[in-house]
Amino acid sequence: MPMISQQARGTDVIPALKPTTVTIDRISKTFKGASVLEDISLDIKAGELIALLGPSGSGKTTLLRIIAGLEFPDGGRVEFGGMDATGLSVQKRKVGFVFQHYALFKHLTIAGNIAYGLNARPRAERPSKSEINRRVEALLDLIKLSNFADRYPSQLSGGQRQRVALARALAVEPRVLLLDEPFGALDAQVRKDLRRWLRDIHIRTGQTTIFVTHDQDEALELSDRVAILHAGHLEQVGTPNDVQEHPASIPVLKFLGDSCELQAHSINGQAFIGNSKLPVAAQNVKDGPVRLFVRPWQFELVAPEAGHIQANIKSGYRSQGLSHLSVASDNGQIFTVDTARPVSCQENERIGLQITGGHSFPA
Amino acid sequence: MPDQAVSSNAIVPGKPNRLVTESTVVRIALIAIAAAFLVLFLILPLVAVFQQALVKGLNAYFDSFADEDAQAAIKLSLYVTAIAVPFNLVFGLAASWSIAKFEFTGKSFLLTLIDIPFSVSPVVSGLIFILLFGAQGYFAPLLRTLDLQIVFATPGIVLATIFVTLPLVARQLIPLMQEQGVGDEEAALTLGASGLYTFVTVTLPNIKWGLLYSVLLCNARALGEFGAVSVVSGHIRGLTDTIPLHVEILYNEYNFVGAFAVASLLAGLALVTLAVKSLLEWLYADDLAASAGH
Repeated sequence: MPMISQQARGTDVIPALKPTTVTIDRISKTFKGASVLEDISLDIKAGELIALLGPSGSGKTTLLRIIAGLEFPDGGRVEFGGMDATGLSVQKRKVGFVFQHYALFKHLTIAGNIAYGLNARPRAERPSKSEINRRVEALLDLIKLSNFADRYPSQLSGGQRQRVALARALAVEPRVLLLDEPFGALDAQVRKDLRRWLRDIHIRTGQTTIFVTHDQDEALELSDRVAILHAGHLEQVGTPNDVQEHPASIPVLKFLGDSCELQAHSINGQAFIGNSKLPVAAQNVKDGPVRLFVRPWQFELVAPEAGHIQANIKSGYRSQGLSHLSVASDNGQIFTVDTARPVSCQENERIGLQITGGHSFPA
Repeated sequence: MPDQAVSSNAIVPGKPNRLVTESTVVRIALIAIAAAFLVLFLILPLVAVFQQALVKGLNAYFDSFADEDAQAAIKLSLYVTAIAVPFNLVFGLAASWSIAKFEFTGKSFLLTLIDIPFSVSPVVSGLIFILLFGAQGYFAPLLRTLDLQIVFATPGIVLATIFVTLPLVARQLIPLMQEQGVGDEEAALTLGASGLYTFVTVTLPNIKWGLLYSVLLCNARALGEFGAVSVVSGHIRGLTDTIPLHVEILYNEYNFVGAFAVASLLAGLALVTLAVKSLLEWLYADDLAASAGH
């Protein structure tokens, strides 16, 4: 994907609008008696790029649609720039919305799609024909599809369609840009390119941007902050580093990557396995058993009979400079260990495992 | 569905695959049976209509249309159709739009209601109108005061035709709109478009082919409607006879050339409808595939 050219930066395709804050205040929503969102509060800063991350069914898309005005909450408020927008219709909210399946108008050309929002305005607010053409051309240039103005959406690839969808949303100068799984329907390589491209666009426009994803990699790479939802609850909001280093709950920890759960106990705010002290804090946990979660890379291979855990290698493979081992501990647990050390991966080879990090939660 | 076509092509690349096709004998037999049915029930009757109409030559054929009663019947049929088809177009659009794009209680009940004209015999439908608007009907006193004649007059024929063709447009559009979902409309709304602007610029273009099909069908059905119209018309020659009723009268009078000549109009209409439909499919195959595709 080409980077945004320096010349393009100077044009006023997307006039430097003052970025808007978005406040979500105790939003709740039920569908046919089932609670989808419960008491969600979230302050989104002006110009922030924030990800709503969660597994399917966590309510993240519903929350985005409530912000857009495509759904209405049963309780709570949505504010744009400090002004109550809860009762505003979707047209009046002036948001840009990018759908997972593009939702391009297939009977209109690419240029027609991008110009749609401008043409839809009442005559008094509608820019002149030449002004609309100028803006469409500038946006086509922004998404690097200038030669495609007269094509139809069916003639474009998925990645190109999603770029058109973004240009169409930007054309109406939205106060907030909302994206619903924008890369969900694309293959891996296109997805990576588009991510970088979206980040560039965001840097350029400085617009408040909220996007929904179930891909933690995408959220961690792109966003200033991540809001993690689980079963209709907002589990944690923080920078990508925050949520990885200090996951607030077990769902957050599990959702952000593989881990294995080990039996441990805490004494004076410190985690122990047997008599060995672990480099894992157990703050705000009563003395006694704790649930210890260790990521595959938070183990170190040591000599048999040394380390915190004794185990046998069951299988393993090397990929991209890491050995991925499936090991069985002596108390019967099977989990994954990643190590940079080349390991011969012999079955039933005996090893010791030293725990170098982890997260503990009350049992 | 195009996807299925692709996958079956993948199993059978080029020539028939022995594992998934029948033996030659069975295939030929099945095709022959299908062809025989087509000839017997579609092609032979059609040929017969034109053959009987032309049996006494072209002059006799065209004389049948010169008859005043025949012309009156043709005019009435066109008049009724010109009212019934636009009415059903509007009703079908409104019904399918609200059923396919919105959730509300009583939706399945409404669907059942729309289907009633298809499940009720047209004769019964006609009788219902007699019961309501006839001389002894429920609304008879009211109609007498207003000096309105509904049964045995054009309004009754229009009502009966509308009733019988009511489900045609809605039934065609509902599954189409349901499959398309509301994604495009939502996109238009987020771009600031009003409801009406969205309907005209997004919803209508998405269903234009289905709509055109259903209007063609509705048109053919409205012109050819016999049962319900027969009950409410009263068969007054030159006044309340439509084309199908006129055909019946001529036939009962042993005027076979006249009957088949007028009938050939309806048969011709069917052929023209088919031709237009095929032409549209051929001209706009890409658009049709695209609108069916996503």
